[in-house]
Amino acid sequence: MSKPYLRILCPNGHLGFAPTKEESFWIGAKTKPDYYCCDSGSDDIGPGPLGSDTSVSPYEWEKHDLELMLLAAREQGVPMMIGSSGDTGTNSRVDMYVEMIRDLSRKHGLSPFKLVYFYSEVDKEYLRKKIRQNIAIEGLDGRKNLTLEELEKTERIVAVAGVHPFIKALEMKADVIIGGRSSDAAIFAAAAIHEGFPENHAYYLGKVLECASFCAEPYMAKETVIGTITHEDVKVTAMHPDQRCTVASVAGHAMYERSNPFFEYFAGGALDMTHCKYEQFNKKTTRITGHVFVPIQGKTKVKLEGSGKMGERYIGIVGIRDPYSVRNIDKMIDWARSQVEERLSGKEYQLYYHIYGKNGVMGDLEPVKEIRSHELCIVVEGMAPTREVAEEVTLIGSRQIFYARLPEVKGTAGTAAFPIDGVLPAPAGYEWTMNHVVPVDDPMELFSVFETTVG
Amino acid sequence: MKTKRLVELAKTIRSKNAGTDKITFDIIFREKKNYELIKKSKVLTKQSMAKLFSIPKERISDFVEFDPAYAVKFTIRRTHPSGSPGETDVFGCQQYPPLLDLEIPVETKGSSTARGGKRSSHRVGRLRSPTSRTTLSKRRKRR
Repeated sequence: MSKPYLRILCPNGHLGFAPTKEESFWIGAKTKPDYYCCDSGSDDIGPGPLGSDTSVSPYEWEKHDLELMLLAAREQGVPMMIGSSGDTGTNSRVDMYVEMIRDLSRKHGLSPFKLVYFYSEVDKEYLRKKIRQNIAIEGLDGRKNLTLEELEKTERIVAVAGVHPFIKALEMKADVIIGGRSSDAAIFAAAAIHEGFPENHAYYLGKVLECASFCAEPYMAKETVIGTITHEDVKVTAMHPDQRCTVASVAGHAMYERSNPFFEYFAGGALDMTHCKYEQFNKKTTRITGHVFVPIQGKTKVKLEGSGKMGERYIGIVGIRDPYSVRNIDKMIDWARSQVEERLSGKEYQLYYHIYGKNGVMGDLEPVKEIRSHELCIVVEGMAPTREVAEEVTLIGSRQIFYARLPEVKGTAGTAAFPIDGVLPAPAGYEWTMNHVVPVDDPMELFSVFETTVG
Repeated sequence: MKTKRLVELAKTIRSKNAGTDKITFDIIFREKKNYELIKKSKVLTKQSMAKLFSIPKERISDFVEFDPAYAVKFTIRRTHPSGSPGETDVFGCQQYPPLLDLEIPVETKGSSTARGGKRSSHRVGRLRSPTSRTTLSKRRKRR
């Protein structure tokens, strides 16, 4: 017999990216929720971390957030579920989180508990085989289907888990789940589905909780919210004393970070929010009904994220103050580019100029065409297969702005100001090579699940 | 016709990545009245947004008016995935400012004729009733 309702606490929209705020977390924890769930990943951070298998969140912040959840969940004896470990959800990040849980358990002398973890990384050979078998690995958001060439450019691939590995882990009676790359909403949905609640409400519950206090107002990040699912509806409540979940804030959140507010896609189906009804239930709580989960017809499709290395990179910083140079900045850049090309002709390199004060933020989307600033900052980004060439590209590309040959320039002792002499090593450049879906026979075939006892 | 800038009418104007290949824009209003005003004004359309950002209409993948949130939302495709070499805004969160200054007509057809008439008659110094003079000066003060 299923429970009449289930309450899930979400402390943070991206665990560890900025530390969870403790006051609202403990206010929420005191109400003894049935589950503690949180996602720790995002593709917002760009392709670098996945490609280089690193985190952007500081180790200590991630551990801090895990510690809060672990202590509260173990105290109550309820499950704690984490998805997309360490920003990217690669295998090394899962291992790192498993180690953190072990450390924390030792630190606090916790009684033994069952930890289930799963990996999301995808072997290139698995996809090569699919392509060779003419199985379409469909591109999303206007991308073409995956080719072998694109695949080979890819350094690392993760599959985005739906509810399946989480439900499997709960069936294994996990106390703590540490997941590889996951669809954030699926973590919460899995708990609700496992407890016997309808998919319609379970997926919506996940959708509304995944960014924690972003569904509340006024705007305050990293504060705890609690979602309650029944067999009839979903309710979401802000825990921070000054935050409320209002019809406007919850409906507004439906739009956040997605192309449109009506559909959210998962491995195994889509959540249709077209007919969502929002009501103010009490001061801090909004009630939502009318959402529908539409299971996919045919094979489950699992989303893949892939990142490939584009090259080593350096950055140069250049200032321009002479109004004549400001007006003629494009000519100065053309000169510098020509000098790089003259020196490195035939070699592989990329060179980008970010001109702050002109269109450094918006590039071609910038509608303000005339320069209104009295000075410009130019960030020169040079890339090449080796560090040596990348440094040379960036150095010539920066220094030649100083030597730009403009006919009427007065400052013949140099046409650019450098805050430092030289260029700076920057993280290597990566690109999202994959934003695709692969059809699978078994929704679990891309995820391997392991269990261990901690404590 | 009297206008207000979008920034004065909207509660939230933001842009943000929607996945790796798109940037989505949200314009959210606190009051239903302002939301309805925007919808009616037709200042925010797929065409006008394409023009504002100098992009072909085909790059706008979604354009919706979302009644439950009093919001207009549209999404554009990036030319390169987020964070690629040469990136200027990894999160896509600083692409909305051109929306702030869009001028929105704030008077409906009927009232714009009436009020506009009063204002123009004031300018040319024609006699006006004391009532309308009071209303006008009050309105001025509020500004």
